[in-house]
Amino acid sequence: MKTTFADLLASGRPVVADGGMGTMLFSAGMVRGHAPESWNVEHPDIVRGIHAAYIQAGAQIILTNTFGGNRIRLGMHKLAARTCLFNTAAVQLARSEADAAALPVVVGGSIGPTGALLEPHGELTLYEAVSAFEEQALALNGVDVFWIETMSDLEEVRAAITGCRKANADTPIVTTMTFDTNGRTMMGVKPEQATEALQNLGVIALGANCGNGPAEIEQVIEKMHRSSSAVLVAKANAGLPHMHGDIAVYDATPEVMAAYASRVLGQGARIIGACCGSTPDHIRAIANALQNIDTPIKDGKHS
Amino acid sequence: METLEIIRKAIIEGQAKQVEQEVKTALDNGIKASQILYEALIPAMAEVGRLYEEGEYFVPEMLISARAMKAGLGLLKPFLIGSDVKPVGKVAIATVQGDLHDIGKNLVSLMMEGAGFEIVDLGVNAEPEKFVNAVRDQQVNVVAMSALLTTTMTRMKDTIHALQEAGLRDKVKIIIGGAPITQAFADEIGADGYASDASQAVTLTKRLLALS
Ligand code: B1M
Repeated sequence: MKTTFADLLASGRPVVADGGMGTMLFSAGMVRGHAPESWNVEHPDIVRGIHAAYIQAGAQIILTNTFGGNRIRLGMHKLAARTCLFNTAAVQLARSEADAAALPVVVGGSIGPTGALLEPHGELTLYEAVSAFEEQALALNGVDVFWIETMSDLEEVRAAITGCRKANADTPIVTTMTFDTNGRTMMGVKPEQATEALQNLGVIALGANCGNGPAEIEQVIEKMHRSSSAVLVAKANAGLPHMHGDIAVYDATPEVMAAYASRVLGQGARIIGACCGSTPDHIRAIANALQNIDTPIKDGKHS
Repeated sequence: METLEIIRKAIIEGQAKQVEQEVKTALDNGIKASQILYEALIPAMAEVGRLYEEGEYFVPEMLISARAMKAGLGLLKPFLIGSDVKPVGKVAIATVQGDLHDIGKNLVSLMMEGAGFEIVDLGVNAEPEKFVNAVRDQQVNVVAMSALLTTTMTRMKDTIHALQEAGLRDKVKIIIGGAPITQAFADEIGADGYASDASQAVTLTKRLLALS
């Protein structure tokens, strides 16, 4: 059922977001080194099936399969020319599952990092970055919210937000960063700094995703909550993978993720989901855990 | 402050312009290029590595310092060629097949370069044959492999195997690293060593080549 991001929040309840997409594609047979976004065109039924499974499990927000869907990142796979195609296909797949769902579901247009470092640390210019994000955001036409995620550099976040606003100033923006290096992002950004910067940039919700597992994100959310009243998002990895023979196995079970969901809600998160290594089983466990808690939430803050 | 001390400090603070200027001054004042290299550039990068290891520096600081070091190194190179300063070793480095992460690999290259090694950068997504060709054709004596994905780590084993098949395994020392790599994994696949970060990679390589 179609709804808006603002309406989802207005319910006052915790909101369940989806889990990993890459992990699901790998278990569906995608090989390493392949661009996951190409599956929007090559295997649309699999991508659509993953969205459906997350919605079935209780996800109220699903993210398009476009994490690496900007031209710079796709260029690493020599697929830059297909940027627009992959993104528009992804929106259709997510949109059709969300709109057909029995309950209200929001589609977030996933926007990940370019994978290149901005000047002066790398070669990428601000102009190139903004253009790449604007191009992707334009192709993501039809999503309910732009979902900028797994960021580690605040400059790149600014570039992404600028690109989104140029493409469509009316679509709200959520931004989450990854705090996986001694409690900071790879580029050294602290949770408090991220919170302040993102609030000033006018995002509708902010938070953390990916990383080394639930415990790390819980600490980040606690810090963010202490320093702000923003609506907070937590999407933790199901731990880190280990090889069992030829397959990668993540160590956090659905039970572990359910426990994380209750804890991170108490620490101030309002939108809770998961990231790499998680499956619809993990999201079902999270949804069940959150359903059994009755804390009405006002303005993102718990009473 | 004496010139070498200023250069060291400027590198640690990532002031490329100042490094260039002071290296010129030092050369003009008759300080030997090799002395500038060994007493300013190399110790400065060692300190940067230490600050990163201790969580004081993050990727940006490290990259800016490395750039400052390279600015100085560029000025020294013409004087080092043909002098008594030979590269301490030649390293073929790359991220393994299927893996596109290169930030860590580049930091390792920069630190190695800062420590006096000659670098052959084979880029990312490097298949075993690339390493084999580099060892065969370019007189490399160290093979350095980086992997950031649990699923691409296993490619390191394939590379070692390919070097064995080509009869080149004994010609090189093989070092590996990257977030999911452990010493146990290095032992298991028969690498000569594992390093947890860029400055450790320098220490390890020097030890393997019996340079320190
Ligand atoms: C030879 O001897 C040596 C010795 C020491 C060596 C060495 C070699 N190599 C490294 N070292 C050591 O020295 C360095 C400096 O001291 C250190 O290097 P590092 O590389 O560890 O550290 C760097 C200085 C900074 N760190 C980094 O550069 C990596 C940071 C994180 C956030 C990361 C980034 C930036 C990226 N990613 Co990727 N990424 C993550 C990373 C999470 C993390 N914190 O590690 C990780 C590695 N990624 C992951 C994943 C899953 C992926 N990524 C992907 C893509 C990307 C970006 C392109 C967006 C970008 C790469 C940009 C680039 N140009 O490199 C995808 C894969 C693409 C591919 N085929 O390679 C994708 C599959 C995501 C997707 N679904 O598409 C996870 C891997 C999980 C696993 N263990 O398998 C991950 C741990 C994130 C996570 N928490 O889940 C040491 O390890």
